[in-house]
Amino acid sequence: MLQATSRATAANAVEPSGPRPRSVTAGRVGLYVFLAFAALFFLLPMYVMIVTSLKTMGEIRIGNIFSLPTEATIEPWIQAWNSACTGLNCGGIKVGFWNSVRILIPSVILSIFIGALTGYALSLWRVRGANLLFAVLLLGAFLPYQVFIYPLVRIYSTIGIYGTMTGIVVTHIIFGLPLMTLLFRNYYASLPIELFKAARVDGGGFFQIFFRLMLPMSTPIVIVACILQVTGIWNDFLFGVIFAGRENLPMTVQLNNIVNSTQGEKLYNVNMAATILTALVPLVVYFISGRWFVRGIAAGAVKG
Amino acid sequence: MKPRRRKNVASYVALIPAFIIVVFAYLGTMLWTVQISFTDSKLLPSMNFIGIRQYERLFATSRWIISLENMVIFGIGLILVCLVLGFLMAAALDQKIRFENTFRTIFLYPYAMSFIVTGLAWQWILNPTLGVQQYVRNLGWTNFQFDWIVQNDRAIYVVIIAGVWQASGLVMALMLSGLRGIDQELWKAAQIDGIPAWRVYLNIVVPMMRPTIITSVVLLSLAVVRVYDLVIALTGGGPGISSEVPAKFILDYLFGRSNIGLATAASSVLLVIVLVIITPWLYYEYFRPERAKGGK
Repeated sequence: MLQATSRATAANAVEPSGPRPRSVTAGRVGLYVFLAFAALFFLLPMYVMIVTSLKTMGEIRIGNIFSLPTEATIEPWIQAWNSACTGLNCGGIKVGFWNSVRILIPSVILSIFIGALTGYALSLWRVRGANLLFAVLLLGAFLPYQVFIYPLVRIYSTIGIYGTMTGIVVTHIIFGLPLMTLLFRNYYASLPIELFKAARVDGGGFFQIFFRLMLPMSTPIVIVACILQVTGIWNDFLFGVIFAGRENLPMTVQLNNIVNSTQGEKLYNVNMAATILTALVPLVVYFISGRWFVRGIAAGAVKG
Repeated sequence: MKPRRRKNVASYVALIPAFIIVVFAYLGTMLWTVQISFTDSKLLPSMNFIGIRQYERLFATSRWIISLENMVIFGIGLILVCLVLGFLMAAALDQKIRFENTFRTIFLYPYAMSFIVTGLAWQWILNPTLGVQQYVRNLGWTNFQFDWIVQNDRAIYVVIIAGVWQASGLVMALMLSGLRGIDQELWKAAQIDGIPAWRVYLNIVVPMMRPTIITSVVLLSLAVVRVYDLVIALTGGGPGISSEVPAKFILDYLFGRSNIGLATAASSVLLVIVLVIITPWLYYEYFRPERAKGGK
């Protein structure tokens, strides 16, 4: 549809300007028109969210979803952060925010560390069954989570970590491992092997080489891993809702509970403010990381 | 040079966490799930094997059939639109245009956000009483109708729209890096021969990009099989059960309805679907003999 639009507009824009052949100019115009329409499609929802979050409910009820607020107010934002309700709890989305932070920090650190260690062992050391281990790991990255969930719940309750912070962190480590291992395995395999050999000649042991040589050289891939894990874990909903327990529900789960709760009048402005707040952390990561983000998804798009 | 890669006890110690995860969290749970699906388990797992009765019941459950149908509709729609849109955007960005970085940033940012956020944003935009429909009516077209989100036979297409919004940027990024890998000589040669650009794209570039296209299709297919949060946030599976999807079906039967026999049977069906999609691809991507890799 977008393509058709751009074609049609391109055909209309027949103002020969300068010495260039007409068709080329029309094509260029069409190109930019297409890009502009595409950009509009991607930006519009964010625009709607922002203007809605700045309107009063009275103005929202008029139904002009695309119009700018006549009197901008930040009251919905304060309400979303401090006092939005899920059921009877009216602590605002900040509760979920801090839960997500508490889940995020240990999950990111531990999953990257274990992934780096596994990738290091699999790429630079000769280990029997390494290929098999790696193959099954990869399989774990692709299989639908529904296959693992019920038995995991049973195992967790048996060892007493079901519905706890430990439970959700362990879950993120388990399902982050394939991607992290893949990243680090490929990265270490791409380093000049002479470095490793020299360290071996100097009598470096497995862990010595890992901590003294490999980890300090891993900064680029650690950044990529951080980007992937921070956005991935922050955006998780499924694991949070199942494994985190009522006290530790992450922000996405709380957001959904706030917005899709059926009680009372729907405060669309507060809902949209809460939605933007939830999207903020990954968006900040995205805008700061720029090209690194693209690099990350190229390497780790497997996460899906 | 003597000290090549050597066996080392420490390397096995380091692999203990990965080994435990693979054996218990992946293989063990998977087998357990499949095992439960052959029993008459309800609230708790039982050891009473009843053959494939759960699978028969599953495929006699209309909600499951609707979920599967929706998955297919969602899958075909999402993959086709994402591939076409993603390719067009990548090709457009590859024309030495101005503000390339800005456009790319705009196209990809939804991918950074949660499906929950995407779902809630679109739920609000498509709200039948206050969203796009009302806006257009306020402009004067009082008969304008766009309330798919509350239409039984249209709700799943709304999920496609939201999914495309989130995922087509990813396809664009993959395609763009594929396009950048194409030899510039190709364009010069085509120009000399007077072949129009669109024909070069259609007949030469697209076939050359086959690996990228395959990767995109596999990634999108996996997202399709997994789709859960997006539906929860956007439609909640409704109206009624008209936009249910398998992943949601399974979780509802596991936790809401406490029918784990049926739920694990459904999980096993999903498992088979995914294995059929990815096994050939995984082999091709990671375990192809080195020699074959050269001849792309």
